[in-house]
Amino acid sequence: MIAIRLDGYADFAEWRGHARALLAHGIEPSDVAWIGPDAFEQLLAGDAPPPAPAEAVTRVSPDFLEKAEAALCHRDPERFALCYRILWRLKGDRNLLEVASDPDIVRLRQMASAVRRDAHKMTAFVRFRKVEIADEAERERFAAWFEPDHYVLERTAPFFMRRFDGMDWAIVTPYASAVWNGQALAFGPGGRKGDVPSEDAVEAAWTTYFASIFNPARLKVAMMKSEMPVKYWRNLPEARLIDPLIRGAREAEMAMIERAASQPPARHLRQAGREADSPANATDDFATLSEAHDALASCRRCPLYEQATQPVFGEGPADAEIVFVGEQPGDQEDLAGRPFVGPAGQVFDGALAEAGIDRSRVYVTNAVKHFKFVPRGKRRLHQKPDGSEIAACNVWLSHELRLVRPRIIVALGATAAQSLMGRSATISKLRGAPIAREDGSVLFVTNHPSYLLRIPDRALAASEREKFIADLALVAQAIAGPAAAADA
Amino acid sequence: MATLTLDRKLAILSDAAKYDASCASSGTKKRSSAGTGGIGSTEGSGICHAYAPDGRCISLLKILLTNFCVYDCVYCVNRSSSNVPRARFSVEEVVKLTLDFYKRNYIEGLFLSSGIIRSPDYTMEEMVRVAKSLRTEHKFFGYIHLKVIPNADPDLLAEAGRWADRLSTNIEMPTDVGLEHFAPEKRPAEIRTAMARIRGRLDEARPEGKSRSKPKAFAPAGQSTQMIVGADAADDAAILNRAAGLYSGYSLKRVYYSAFSPIPDASSRLPLKPPPLMREHRLYQADWLLRFYGFSVPEIVAGGEGGQLDLAIDPKLAWALKNRGDFPVDVNRASRETLLRVPGLGKTGVDRILSTRRHHRLRLDDIARLAGSIETMRAFIVCADWTPGGVIDSPHLRARLTPRPQQMELFG
Repeated sequence: MIAIRLDGYADFAEWRGHARALLAHGIEPSDVAWIGPDAFEQLLAGDAPPPAPAEAVTRVSPDFLEKAEAALCHRDPERFALCYRILWRLKGDRNLLEVASDPDIVRLRQMASAVRRDAHKMTAFVRFRKVEIADEAERERFAAWFEPDHYVLERTAPFFMRRFDGMDWAIVTPYASAVWNGQALAFGPGGRKGDVPSEDAVEAAWTTYFASIFNPARLKVAMMKSEMPVKYWRNLPEARLIDPLIRGAREAEMAMIERAASQPPARHLRQAGREADSPANATDDFATLSEAHDALASCRRCPLYEQATQPVFGEGPADAEIVFVGEQPGDQEDLAGRPFVGPAGQVFDGALAEAGIDRSRVYVTNAVKHFKFVPRGKRRLHQKPDGSEIAACNVWLSHELRLVRPRIIVALGATAAQSLMGRSATISKLRGAPIAREDGSVLFVTNHPSYLLRIPDRALAASEREKFIADLALVAQAIAGPAAAADA
Repeated sequence: MATLTLDRKLAILSDAAKYDASCASSGTKKRSSAGTGGIGSTEGSGICHAYAPDGRCISLLKILLTNFCVYDCVYCVNRSSSNVPRARFSVEEVVKLTLDFYKRNYIEGLFLSSGIIRSPDYTMEEMVRVAKSLRTEHKFFGYIHLKVIPNADPDLLAEAGRWADRLSTNIEMPTDVGLEHFAPEKRPAEIRTAMARIRGRLDEARPEGKSRSKPKAFAPAGQSTQMIVGADAADDAAILNRAAGLYSGYSLKRVYYSAFSPIPDASSRLPLKPPPLMREHRLYQADWLLRFYGFSVPEIVAGGEGGQLDLAIDPKLAWALKNRGDFPVDVNRASRETLLRVPGLGKTGVDRILSTRRHHRLRLDDIARLAGSIETMRAFIVCADWTPGGVIDSPHLRARLTPRPQQMELFG
């Protein structure tokens, strides 16, 4: 039996040195006794360890190193032996770590995760107290007493270094201490609670905060205890409030419920009076586009308002000669609150330019003003509006047409055509020829630009785009020669 | 008005802030004060520095700048018609309190919200000043969460995102009608428009594949929102539909569900009794199924009755009991997607099963070791030495798998 005596509680390099030597000499785990500073039996006699090998004896995965480094901080005296046993077994079975159900691997995982949890709780529950120093110009100085379950100070101290660069601090635990002075992190021997200040003026504010942020109507003591185990309480200044808060919770909740609504304060009544004097909401009889736009914000004529971001009103000169009507705002239009700004809008802009129509002189809008979609994870999938939604929204399109009074209206796609003609429409039958409307304006029907985006076949997409531009060219001609359109 | 002590102000303004459920400090980019002479760091995962007896994590100093408010939202403790004591912090007071708490390792940072005073712009400006002062004058690298006033100037919103890790805009109610009923001054479309603007900024800040230029940082921990559950008549289906819509539209990190909780000086228009806290818990479980387990809202809702989730059992189990034909699942063969639907089996358990079964066939005790408990799961799985037989079709299965009522429900 070989006895390995270790000086460090959780010194990974020290363990690794010994483990490499043992492995190089082919010494079975059962022939080794690992004796750490916290071992139950310190005086076990045994053979001397073998000399260290000159070169690497085995390669192990980073996953093992990471787990072993954590597990070696566990307070279980068996930690050194367990890690060596797994190292030994890894020689014969390289995939051992992936066998999540192997008892040694289960234990390694449990120990590593207990250490990680303890280290994490240390980052949470260390409470610094200010060390009062005579010279105000010096760096602020803080100290904390903490009692971890495992040997986690060394692996946790760098966290405090990253976090508290601008102040001096010391953390004292029963087995070791760490000190930061703005330049270097130093470790020393363990200490006692009396080594740090016994109070701090800010603790009163902290306990006030703790008591006030607590909601007595939602008592969940077990939840609190599982996340903030009672063993940590003795070093938490806020913990002395826990019992009184729990005892008073029911009473506090009942007091809140029973305190019936009282007369509003005078300040509120004055304000309410001012608001009552403000002008009433606009009626349906809008005189301008902006009045109609404002009123659209509170439209509840169909259920689409509930999921869309905002209604999207038309855009363009109020005296435009051409009004283009699309289907509905898409994802980007919905977010931006403006029509034709997404991918289909870009196709539209390009085609318009090719057809020789000045984009800045046309009014663009949609048959339906809210975006209709189904959620799919982090995306929204466009859905076609149905007949009732188109009909409900027609009133807004009618307001826009009445106020702009265009000579030509272009329906982009079947939804727009349906809204403008009052019946479902087939684009292929209607496109290419102007349709006279009762108010004297002329309607053209063509595809929606998003249709061009959805055609997978390149040749077909190109020919459909040509047809789309040809339709727009007809519109351009009609504007140039009003007589031709009126005769049709 | 008599001058309030700082301690009294803190009591009033943290009491007023506790109805905001979020205390998250995770998911932001890593930062450190090392070598700067400053204070603070963020490490990816958040840290809960304390827990109150309500079981809620205390990670941030969660306070209002002021609880004076010109709005009169029925559900809110700070509504203008309420007689709660009022207070107001100065920008400097909040900054000092944050640093004092942070240096003692009480908190991860600040979550600042506010009642609306004077104007939305004025209020938002004050909140932005706090964040800017912490970052620029005090070299503070800790976490900052700012509440967004929806109708404040978009430029202020942009500046808020420059200093803050997270921005949030509360949707408040599951339906627009509910919100307008309870919060007459709030406009649902305005709230969603603010979220859309934040999303736009977040998209811009995301580094593009090809572009070398580093985009300006904007709220690296993203945006979140909160819904109050049980103040109005909206059912769980409406709540989850709203949540799914928000997740899909605005790149939200989280939707928080806050069970309506009695407040002092409550309006008579509010329900007398709070909803069971279990309802809130079930909604969070459903939210997880939605985001990480491949479930859709209709599937989750169908697990319950009449648009409400089952309070007695978790929503995945409820779904499985109504879809018994999909079970048992062979853990040695089933796909990841199928395994994720097994009641009692979480993401970590699924990952371990997938890695271990490459090396040997899994037996029931293997599953027990790598997934924790198999109590719920065993009726729904097949493995090398186990098959549930007729258990899956037993009419008693639901009763057997229903946990006994626990202490917390006595208070629910």
